[in-house]
Amino acid sequence: MEKDKFNIVVFSGDLDKVLAAFILATTAASMGKDVSMFFTFWGLNVVRKKKLTSGRNILQWIMNFMNRGGADRLPLSKFNMLGMGPAMMKIMMKQSKIPSIKEMIKMAKGLGVKFVACTTTFAFMGFEKDDFIPEVDSFAGAATYLQNASEGKISYFI
Amino acid sequence: MPKQVQHDTGGYMKADVTLDAYGLLCPVPIIKTSEKIKELQIGQVLEVIASDEGIKSDMPAWCKATGQEYLGVEDKDGEFHSFVKKVK
Repeated sequence: MEKDKFNIVVFSGDLDKVLAAFILATTAASMGKDVSMFFTFWGLNVVRKKKLTSGRNILQWIMNFMNRGGADRLPLSKFNMLGMGPAMMKIMMKQSKIPSIKEMIKMAKGLGVKFVACTTTFAFMGFEKDDFIPEVDSFAGAATYLQNASEGKISYFI
Repeated sequence: MPKQVQHDTGGYMKADVTLDAYGLLCPVPIIKTSEKIKELQIGQVLEVIASDEGIKSDMPAWCKATGQEYLGVEDKDGEFHSFVKKVK
């Protein structure tokens, strides 16, 4: 029997929203669903390596310098306060034994969640394949996501 | 929304394997359950101890999705003991 598919578009690069996406992805995988997370736009920061910057021209270079990647470097959607918010949130998450995004990535991969990185943002921001963590399974566009989404009952955009 | 049935096991339920997920929040107890159940033989019963009250609804839902048999939950002063029988 073909497994039920569950697709999530991770558009946001905010710690709180990404956490929600990972909670749903890992739970769905534990319930036997075939889960794939499509990282696009700010969401790509989750699967980017920590690098000073990257880009093929000066605008991309400046943009990627301001919009730094790395799963442990995500801001909060509210009360970011120049990084004080996320720092507090991370301590609170630890106190409540909630896994960090990095641990969530490991957990998701262990449960067989597929990571797809959006090629449009990839080209638009001037990234290289080397800018991404090895957990990314493939690089694809909107048609791949829509096809996957149409094969499942649930699909989210976070 | 399925009707939430509160199974009362009467406090006599015996488990073959116990998983301690006390102090862990959703979804970690469920994810640990899905990993632990793989180690059991068919017919064995897994007991999951959790402090997150969501488990009362989440465990039967997980069982429904995965086809395992939900035997019930015991509430021992905020310590929730859920019982799952591996049937497949």
